[in-house]
Order: sequence, then C-alpha cells, then structure tokens
Amino acid sequence: MSDTGIGARVKRKEDKRFITGKGRYTDDVRVDNQAYAAFVRSPHAHARVNGIDTSAAEGMEGVIAVLNGNQLTGDGIGNLICGWAVSSKDGSPMNMGPWSALATDRVRFVGDAVAVVIAESQALARIAAEAVEVDYEELPAVVQADKALADGAPQVHDNAPGNLIYDWEIGDAAATDAALEGAHHITEMKVVNQRLSPNPMEPRSAVAIFDTAEDHYTLYTTSQNPHLARLVLSAFYNVAPEHKLRVIAPDVGGGFGAKIYIYPEEITCLWASMKTGRSVKWTGDRAESFMTDMHGRDHITTARMGFDADGKITGFKVDTIANFGAYMSLFSSAVPTYLYATLLSGQYDIANIHCNVRAVYTNTVPVDAYRGAGRPEACFLIERMMETAAREMGTDPGELRRKNFIDTFPHETPVIMTYDAGDFSGNLDKAKAAADVAGFAQRRAEAESRGKLRGLGYSCYIEACGIAPSAAVGSLGAGVGLWESAEVRVNPVGTIEVLTGSHSHGQGHETTFAQIVAERFSQPIENVSIVHGDTDKVQFGMGTYGSRSGAVGMSAIVKAMDKVEAKVKKIAAHTLEASEDDIVIEGGVVKVAGTDREMGWHEVGLAAYTGHNLPDGMEPGLKEGAFYDPVNFTFPAGCYIAEVEIDPDTGDCKVVQFTAADDFGTIINPMIVEGQVHGGVAQGIGQAMLERVVYDDDGQLITGSYMDYQMPRAEDVPFLTIEHNTTVCPNNPLGIKGCGEAGAIGAPPAVINAITDAIGDNDIQMPATAQKIWRALKGRQTAMAAE
Amino acid sequence: MYPVKYHRATSVDEAKAAFTSASEARFLAGGQTLLPTMKQHLAAPSDLIDLRGIPDLAGISADGDGVRVGAMTTHAEVAQSAEVKEAIPVLAHMASTIGDSAVRHLGTMGGSLANNDVAADYPAAVLGLNATVVTDRREIAAEDYFQGLFATALEEGEMIVAVRYPRPERAGYAKQTNPASRYPMVGVLVAKTGGGVRVAVTGTGQDGVFRHQGLEQALSSDWSQGAVDGVEIGEEGLMNDIHASADYRAHLIRVMAKRAVAAS
Repeated sequence: MSDTGIGARVKRKEDKRFITGKGRYTDDVRVDNQAYAAFVRSPHAHARVNGIDTSAAEGMEGVIAVLNGNQLTGDGIGNLICGWAVSSKDGSPMNMGPWSALATDRVRFVGDAVAVVIAESQALARIAAEAVEVDYEELPAVVQADKALADGAPQVHDNAPGNLIYDWEIGDAAATDAALEGAHHITEMKVVNQRLSPNPMEPRSAVAIFDTAEDHYTLYTTSQNPHLARLVLSAFYNVAPEHKLRVIAPDVGGGFGAKIYIYPEEITCLWASMKTGRSVKWTGDRAESFMTDMHGRDHITTARMGFDADGKITGFKVDTIANFGAYMSLFSSAVPTYLYATLLSGQYDIANIHCNVRAVYTNTVPVDAYRGAGRPEACFLIERMMETAAREMGTDPGELRRKNFIDTFPHETPVIMTYDAGDFSGNLDKAKAAADVAGFAQRRAEAESRGKLRGLGYSCYIEACGIAPSAAVGSLGAGVGLWESAEVRVNPVGTIEVLTGSHSHGQGHETTFAQIVAERFSQPIENVSIVHGDTDKVQFGMGTYGSRSGAVGMSAIVKAMDKVEAKVKKIAAHTLEASEDDIVIEGGVVKVAGTDREMGWHEVGLAAYTGHNLPDGMEPGLKEGAFYDPVNFTFPAGCYIAEVEIDPDTGDCKVVQFTAADDFGTIINPMIVEGQVHGGVAQGIGQAMLERVVYDDDGQLITGSYMDYQMPRAEDVPFLTIEHNTTVCPNNPLGIKGCGEAGAIGAPPAVINAITDAIGDNDIQMPATAQKIWRALKGRQTAMAAE
Repeated sequence: MYPVKYHRATSVDEAKAAFTSASEARFLAGGQTLLPTMKQHLAAPSDLIDLRGIPDLAGISADGDGVRVGAMTTHAEVAQSAEVKEAIPVLAHMASTIGDSAVRHLGTMGGSLANNDVAADYPAAVLGLNATVVTDRREIAAEDYFQGLFATALEEGEMIVAVRYPRPERAGYAKQTNPASRYPMVGVLVAKTGGGVRVAVTGTGQDGVFRHQGLEQALSSDWSQGAVDGVEIGEEGLMNDIHASADYRAHLIRVMAKRAVAAS
C-alpha cells in the first residue's frame, strides 16, 4: 500500500479551505445586480387562500416585486413532482396531489409558500414579506399518519380519498400467515419510527441569475445532485431548457438527503430572476430549515415474527403506515417501499415475509429520504423484534441472531433483494470481542454499586447501498437511471483532472477519489484534482445519496481509468517499441516490465497532446469518459453493540460504550470511513434518545428551533470502538459496499435495546428521553410494589 | 432584523438620556436573548443602548457581608472570580454552568435578571440567596423583584446597576437541564442564610422562580437529603410541556433539592 493509495489514511485535501474559512458556499456567492428573496409562508397547517393583497408590501422601501403563485403557474412553471411511480396492490397508480412552488388556492402545511418578495436586501425583503396580507380561511388539519386514515379525517388532497397515496404490498401474504399460524413462538410489536429533521449545518440557499442577453439561467444551489436538479427544473418545472440552465452546487455544508430534492425556493428564485431581470438570492434561516426541509422517517408499524421450537424464524408479517406530509416529495414513494420493505429480511434467512405499506398525506412538511432512508426503519423494526424475541424466549440475543444468520451467498430474500456477500457471524464475533460482552455482567454489577442501571443491546444491520441498477429501479417505477459518470483527463503535463457526477457535501471525495487515481497511475496525489458540482464543467451525473459515491461513482472513475490506461500503454508501447502487454505503470513512470526502458508519465501526456508520434490511426489527446451502471445493490452490514448507564433518580441515560464492527467492503481511506461512522452513529444516537419533530394537533410546528428540537451534542456521544470485518463486494471493480449511512441505520436499535435491557421494560419508543425512561422505571417500581 | 439605531453609552447618565430621547429604546447587555429575538422579528426596538462600556456597571467586589456584582459582569467573570469563589462558591459554580462558553463570555448577570427568563439560572441565586437588585434609582429586594414570566419590578427605563449577595452559611445548586435548549428545566438552590433557610426553584414554575416553603421548613429543622424525602412536592403551578410533564418536574425538584443539599 502506498501512503496515498487505497487503504491509506490520507488527510483530507479539502480541509485546508474548510478549516481556514475559505470554503465557498452558495450564500458566499455575490453577483452583480443582486436582489434578495423572502417568502411569505402559511402560518396555518391547512387553509384556503381566498386572496393575497401585496399592495402595502409593494410600496415598501427597497421592494422590487411581490410575486404570487397565479403568476408563476400563469408563466407555465410546472408543479413539483414525485419521480418514482409506486402503484397500489390493486394496480391503481399513486395519488399525487398538486404542489405548486407558490400555493395558489390552498396551503397544506405551516411554512407552505404563498408569495415571494424580491427586494434590495435580505432584511428589506423579510420586512416587506410581513406586510403581504393573505386572506386565509382555516381548514381542519390532520397531523398523525394513523389519524389521517381514520373516517372523517380532514382531506389534504381532493384526489387522494381518505388521504391514501397508495396501499402497497410485497411478499406472500398467505404463506406468511400460514407460517405464523404454525409458529412455536410469536413476537408481536408496535414500533414508531419518529419524524426527524435533517439539520444540515448549512441551511438551504439559492442564487438565480438570468442572463437577458442569452436567455440563460445560472443557479447556485445547495444540492447533492446538480444534474438531477437541472433535469427536473427543465423537464418538469419548465424553468428553462437544459442547455439554457447551468446548475452549480459549490461547497455544500451537509445534506443527509434533505438536499437531494428540488425545492419551491429554487424554482421560484429562477423564475423571479427572469421576471425581475435581477439576480435573486435566497438563504433560509434555521427556522425555515425546520419548517421546510424535507423531514425523515415517520412510520407507525405493527409486526409479528414467528419462530419454530429451535428459535428459527418462520415468518415475518409487517404492516406500516408512512406519513408523507402535505405533498409527495421527489423520491418519497420509494422510501417506505423499495428502500424499506425490501430490507425486512435483515441479516436473517426468513422464508416468508409480507409487508403492507399505506402511505398517507398529512398537514406537515413533506417526508423523504433522510440518511438511511427506509433502511433505518427496517433495521430498527427487525432488530427490536429480534432482541424482544430473545428476551421472551429466554435465549441470548446474539446467539438467536446467529442461529438465523444467512451464511451462504448469493442469497435471495423473499423481498426481492439478492445479497451478494457478507460474514454476519464474523461481524458479531468481532463486535462481541471488541465490546467485551463477556465482561458485561461485571460492569453491570459495578454500575449497580454506584446506583446506576447498565444495559447492553445489539443491532445487526444490513442495508442496500450503491444505488442502483438502472434497469431494476426502472422496472420498479423510478423516473431516472441510477448509474454514475466520470471523465478522467490527463493533461499535457501529466497532471490529472477527474470530472465526477458524484457530489461531495462532506464525504471527502476530493481526497478518496484522488487516492484511487494516484494509486492506479502511480502519481503524486497532489497532481490529481477532482471536479464536481457544476453542470457546465461535468458531464451528466446522478449525484450523491444512498451511500453510492464509492460503489457507483468510483466505479465509473475506474472504468474511465481503464480506458486511459489502455491508451497510455499503446502510446508507450509505440514509443518504446515494445508490446502493449509488456507495459506497466509503476514507480511514477510508464515502462517496459523488467527493463530500464521507460517514459515519464508526463512524457506520455505530452506525446498524446503533441500528436507528433502516435500509433497509426490514434486520435490525439488523453481523456476518457465512462458511465457505470451497477449490476446489483451493495450490502454493507455489521454488528453494533451499545452499553448504556441510567440514573434511576432522573432517568438520565448515557451511552457509555459503543462498538461498531462494520463490513463496508474495500475501504479507500479508513480515517474518512471512521468519520462517516462517527457521524452516522451520532445521528443514530440522536434518533434513539433525543430527536423528534413535534407538531401539535392543529399542525403547528412545536420543535421549530434548537430550543425545542434536541440535537445530539458531543457530550451525548461516547468515543466509539470501530472494527472492520471486510468481505469484498463481488459486483463492482473496487469491491466497495458503502459506509455513509450505516451508523444512522445500525445505532438506534442497539441503543434502545440497551436501554430496555437496563430498565427491564421493553415498551419504550424513540426518542428514549430521560423523562420516558423515568416514567418506565416508575411504572415498574409501582408494579413491583403492587406484587 | 428591523433597522435599529445603536448607541454605545459610557456612563449611566448618558445611557438614560439616550433611552428617554428614543421612541422605543432597549438596553443592550450581553444580547444573548435580545439579539436572537430581534433577528426573528419578535422584538423591534428603535434604539439599542449598549451598556457594556459603562465602568459603573462593571466589576466584582467583596467584603465581610457579601459580594457585589456589577450588572455587566459576564457569567465567565463570575465563574472565575476569586472573590465570588471565596464568599459564595455556589454562585461561581452556577455561573460556570450557564449556557455554553460563548454565552458565558457574552451574557451578563444584569441582562439575565432584567430578562427574567423562566429557564434562567440566576433568578434562583437572587431569590435563594436573598440578594438585593440595585438599580439606577433604588434597591429592590429579591422577594419583590421577580413578578412572573419575563416580568420584573423594573420600571420603564430603569437599569440594573449591580446585584448584592449576602454571604450564606452554606448553599448548593443542582439542576436538570432541558434536553434541547440545555437551559435549566428544574434548578434548585438551597441556602442557609442569616435570615433562615431558603429554597429557590427555577426553570419550572409557571410564574417563574419561586421559593418552596415545604422544603424550606424541612431543611430548617434538618439540613439533610433525608429531610427532603418527607416533603410533599405538588405539581400545582409547574409547567407541563413536550420536554417535561408537571409530575416529572415535581419529582425532579425533589432530586435536585437533595443534590443541592449534598453539594452545599
């Protein structure tokens, strides 16, 4: 291993600009003719809009224009769409309600935009926005997913009777029922996976620039996938044809899924720039983040899992209601179906699985993919079920899992996934050893002597990453393919630029992508630069989400490098008068193997661009592109073990030990991978113990700031023990599985399993706050006193 | 933020003159509440009169009777003050636990008390230690100062100059913080003072900080954690929100009172 190649802990190339304050984010963009947008937002969860009086605002200082939804739709701007068609089990299409970037006749959640003020400064725009008078006629609202399905619930969209978007199923219901009927033991649970706010550090922002001379638009935006943004803005929202729209996602301060989507604000800023002839900037504040960033999770699930007398799972039946909020966001439909129900086999060999999912509208912020996206919900359910079943049956929770592990690959589950590789028992062994599970009884006794309750919980997670084979997702309703693109350019002086369709918003691609190139071409890593995030510079690409940049994005780079290498070898063979097969790239040079005949790497580059002496028929230049379409998902998996200590006086809970044994396939940069685990586990602990979005029954957002929304802080997260148990992914050239979401997927059940172990009460829903734990303990004490 | 005119006063008189000549003035101390409120358009003063440059409002002094803390003293200064640590260690300890480091280096005692947030720490110190709030026009006893949520005895334009704390015989403070804001959700200060035992509870009363008579009586006869167990702590008058129900808060008052006694 070289000190900058695959497997090296290379310090991040991008950090110099980030830690010296030189990062360039969307809000840092200053252009001539800059104006500012402020949105007029609904204070009601559900209301009819009977009129909008903009006259007072229009006369205010610095106001350039006040624009509304009728003008927007009048100019032909299209409604926002969900790009993944999921049909109900009876074959009927999903009920997609209309969503205009600026609402025209009805608002459906607190924060729904109804108008925009364009003014000379952000402050003046915001002041004028308060002077826009909207005549709202309040309507009853519905917030909870199960209540949305109840008879007589307020109707969010006219075309979705009973608020039902779809009623979907996967697996064999009859076979699963039969398996459960004959089960020796059945574990039954109701599990709520609460709604979360993604909270990227950088709020969403957009700068739209309309060039009146060229009829051309430029959009700087906080996006995880600028090409997808351009495609959707062009093809569905009719903002501009693709060749007249440049989308740039510069440095982006965290996404977690929330920056996949194309939001009303971006559409409106582009349109308003054309309307006013001014550049239009909007940067959300934190309140707008809470109010309008797509939320995550929000499932209510009941499930039954059957076991035979040996503890082998015979069947798993799941019924889930998924809250989609007020509108169908871009990928919302896929999250509780193809990213959730297809993972319900977990790491286990289960012959019979059936899952029914009802997706519903409510008067809340739309819900879409958030770090893990469906897979955390599946993992939480399965791993809570397994732990609970072990307790009910009086068996060791780790060994019950082991008994059911899939141990031969490929393995086809009853929910259409084909796991390609893994070592689930090995993960468990490694985690148990690192966590010193054998010493837990002693630690628990020691904690008890200090008046503390100590508990231990497992989670054996699996996820489907490397999203995704285009034909497969196309057959399941996806509106796009999920391949990735790359172009590798060797310059005449031998330095290398890689143009990738992936997008880095914290993942460290500028380092890890450069590592694979530096190693392959035996070049100093500082001679490699990664270009991403600009549709004018980079060929069409699909962007970064679903832990896909390693498995799919890097694979595209490898394919392009294959082509470059072939050409390099041809040029070198020609120049050195040797056979192509004898040419090797090593030690920074291109040489004839076993001889001292060699060319400097830069000499090959120069030869390619001068064209003075190339093989017959060869085109000059040295740059190659590739599109890589994966043949399968990848399946990162692992075992997490959490230990908690609880103060019974207050219910305060601390995660005192956390062990992760992950199988991510090939690891390019262990330091960056560990950072991803750190962040993911922190978010997982946040979900388990702290975070939740709360709306009151009228649809008012109660957790609209950090005064009420509980983010995890450094003191809430212990130092982590991280182990790797690598099995190489057989389906992509580098053997990568992905690591970006694992922590957020695997951590919540480990923590809740530990808490319920500590308090001896299994009935606790996330977030397990101190108050909830105290109440559970109080209930137990009362019950014991009554015995 | 709405446009606002900023004044940096160098004397109390200058600040008062600026206040009276403005249409809707607010004094600016550390700005840890007022400025975020203004950014959210929830407050819109015409003028901000910054008090932090006024020498008369700065500084900590101690004598045999107690400690005088200038209104513009930051939490960090209180936490690190040798005089405060010697005379009233509980006050230095409390200051060291307010907010985070940035808040402690900007937020001031006068600003906190003038705002009287129900979830602030200092009200428990002022009421529990029987302090006196010294203003530009009078002295206000702790009992009279706090008048409900964000309400105080301060009149229009009245400025806190300092707070005078008598030395307690012993005192302790313990709090359970709000999991989101990390402000105190239940904070209890217990003190044995020349005027008897005082127990002040902050963060949890519907009307702000209050004294708990039951705990005071119990601790008067027996200054011990065990004495706290026998006290009835009702839920009446306690807040009930998404972070903590009234019964949990009542329970936490007991736990924090015991911890405060243990720390005293």
